[in-house]
Amino acid sequence: MNAATYQADLPLDKGQLIGKAVNVRHGTILTLEGINVSFDGFRALTDLNLYIGIGELRCIIGPNGAGKTTMMDVITGKTRPDSGKAWFGEQFDLTRMSEVEIAQAGIGRKFQKPTVFEALSVFENLELTQKADKSVWASLKAKLSGEQKDRIDEVLTTIRLEGARRRPAGLLSHGQKQFLEIGMLLMQQPHLLLLDEPVAGMTDAETEFTATLFKSLARSHSLVVVEHDMGFVGSIADHVTVLHQGQVLAEGSLEKVQADERVIEVYLGR
Amino acid sequence: MNQPLTLTAVQKAGPKLTAVALGIVLVALLAMPLLHLLPADNTFHVSAYTLTLVGKILCYAIVALALDLVWGYAGLLSLGHGLFFALGGYAMGMYLMRESAGDGLPAFMSFLAWNELPWYWYGTSSFLWAMCLVVLVPGVLAFVFGYFAFRSRIKGVYFSIMTQALTFAGMLLFFRNETGFGGNNGFTDFKTILGFSISAPATRATLFLATVALLVGSLYLGWRLARSKFGRVLTALRDAENRLMFCGYDPRGYKLFIWTLSAVLCGLAGALYVPQVGIINPSEMAPTQSIEAAVWVALGGRGTLIGPLLGAGLVNGMKSWFTVAFPEYWLFALGALFIIVTLYLPKGVIGLLRKEKEQ
Repeated sequence: MNAATYQADLPLDKGQLIGKAVNVRHGTILTLEGINVSFDGFRALTDLNLYIGIGELRCIIGPNGAGKTTMMDVITGKTRPDSGKAWFGEQFDLTRMSEVEIAQAGIGRKFQKPTVFEALSVFENLELTQKADKSVWASLKAKLSGEQKDRIDEVLTTIRLEGARRRPAGLLSHGQKQFLEIGMLLMQQPHLLLLDEPVAGMTDAETEFTATLFKSLARSHSLVVVEHDMGFVGSIADHVTVLHQGQVLAEGSLEKVQADERVIEVYLGR
Repeated sequence: MNQPLTLTAVQKAGPKLTAVALGIVLVALLAMPLLHLLPADNTFHVSAYTLTLVGKILCYAIVALALDLVWGYAGLLSLGHGLFFALGGYAMGMYLMRESAGDGLPAFMSFLAWNELPWYWYGTSSFLWAMCLVVLVPGVLAFVFGYFAFRSRIKGVYFSIMTQALTFAGMLLFFRNETGFGGNNGFTDFKTILGFSISAPATRATLFLATVALLVGSLYLGWRLARSKFGRVLTALRDAENRLMFCGYDPRGYKLFIWTLSAVLCGLAGALYVPQVGIINPSEMAPTQSIEAAVWVALGGRGTLIGPLLGAGLVNGMKSWFTVAFPEYWLFALGALFIIVTLYLPKGVIGLLRKEKEQ
C-alpha cells in the first residue's frame, strides 16, 4: 500500500480529535531511528532502529532486559528518549507528544499485566475506550448512539465476551481480561497496536484464537507484538525482530532468525 | 469498588424500599422547620436547639457528599475539605458582620483600632457579592491548587498530606488578627440577614429549608454525574489511571472538574452553616475537622452518595449525644468507630445494609 494517507478501514466516528488520517508516504507507519535511552547510566536502548510497515504484523522477541518494554514506553510517550527520532507516520513526532496525544493520534497499547477497569462492567469498559471526543465536557453530555452500541456489540462478539457484557471486569478470568483489553484497543480504532505479551497466561485454545484474531487484524491495522511464546510467534509472524541489550540483533523470518548464530548464542541457545 | 454505586445500592435494596425510606426522611426534614413555627407550648413544637442541630448536621452531610465525589469516585482523598467549608462560611460571615455593624466597622476591627476596611472587605455589605465570594473563593483556591497538583501528577497519600497542610496553613493564617477576619474569635454576634432577624423562627425555618434544598440538589447532581460517562471515567481513573491515559483521556481535566465542584459545594454548605450556628472561627479549618469528614464518608460507605450522608448523620448524632452524656469519652468513641469501620465494614454502613438484604 503506497497511498499518501492511510486509514483503518473501520467506520470513523464524529468528534475525534487528531489522527483523522496518518500520513504515511514512505510506507512505514512507525519509524524509530537512533533511539537512545538510559536510566542512571544503564543503557536500556542503544541506537535502536525499527521500521514498521503499514498493515504489518511484527513480532519482537528477545531475552529479559533486552529493552522491549522500554521501546514500547518510548513509542507511547511514557519514556522520553535521550536522543533519536520517533515518528508515527510522517506528521506525528512521538518524542514531542504526551501519552494522551499519542493515544488520540491512533496508537493503542496493551500492557504486559492485563489492566482493565475492574469496577466497571465489560460493556462499560468498551464504552469508555471507544473512539470519541474524550474531553470532560463531551463526557458529561455523552449518550450512546445506536451505531456506537452496535460497534460495542460487534467487538464483544469478536472477543467472545457477549455473555459477560454486564459482568464487572474484575470478576473475569485472566484470559478473559486479556481479551477484554484487546477489545478495548479495538474500540479505540487505532492505526497501530502495541501488544505486550498478549498470550501470557492463556490456555492453548485461547492462544490459538488470539493468533487467528491478530492475523485478521493485520489486514487493517499495523501490529507490534512482544512475545516470549515461540510457538505463538511462529503461528502469526512473517517478520521477527530480535532485540538484545537495547539493539536490534537480527531481523527477518522466524526460520532465518532462529538459524542466526548470534541469536542462538544470546537467546535461543541459552 | 461497586459501580455504578448508587445504582447497585438502589437495585440491591429494592428500589421501592429505598425510595420509601428516602421519602420519609425528606418529609421529616421538610416538616421540621414548619413545626418550629408552631407556638412553643404546642406538643409538636420543634425547639430552636433541635432545628439548629439538625441544620448543622445537614451542612456536614453536604460536605460528606462533596468529599465522596472526590474520594469515593475519583480516588482523591482530601484531608482539607474543612478549608473550603470554612472559606464559604467566612464569606457569608463577612456579609453578616457588615449587616450587624450597619454603617460602621465590624466590632472586632474597632477593637483593633482600625479605621477603614481592608480592601477584600469591599462590597461585602451586598448579599449578592457575598454569595459570589461563597462560590468563588473556595472554587478558585481549589482550581489553582488542583491545577498544580494534578499537573505534577501528585496522587495518593502525597495528595492527602498536601491538602492537610493547606487547611492547616489556612487555619494559622486566619488565627492572626492582622489577617482581618477576627483572629481566633472569628465572627459571631450576627443580628440580621437580608434585614430579617437571624434568630426569628421564620428565618431559621427558611435557612433550614435552604439547606435541605442544597442537600437534595447536591445529591441529584452527584447521582447524575455518577451515572454519566463522566462518572465512569472517574471510576476508571481511580482504579487504573495509566490505562485511562493510554486510552486517550487526559485525567487532569476530569480531576480538576470534580475537585473544584466539590470545593464549591463545601463552600455553599459553609455559607448555610454560619447563619444557623451563629459563629465561624478558624477552628473549622483545624486538620481534625477535615479528618472527621473523611470518617463520615468511610463509615457511611465510599462511592455510594447516600452512604456518606448516613455517615455524617450517624457520627454527628452520636457526637451530640456523647458530648452531653460522656463528654470526656467522645474522642475515644470516634477512634473506636474508625477502627471498627476499617476492620469490619470496608464498604461502610451501606455495605452492611446491602449484605443484610442479600441474606
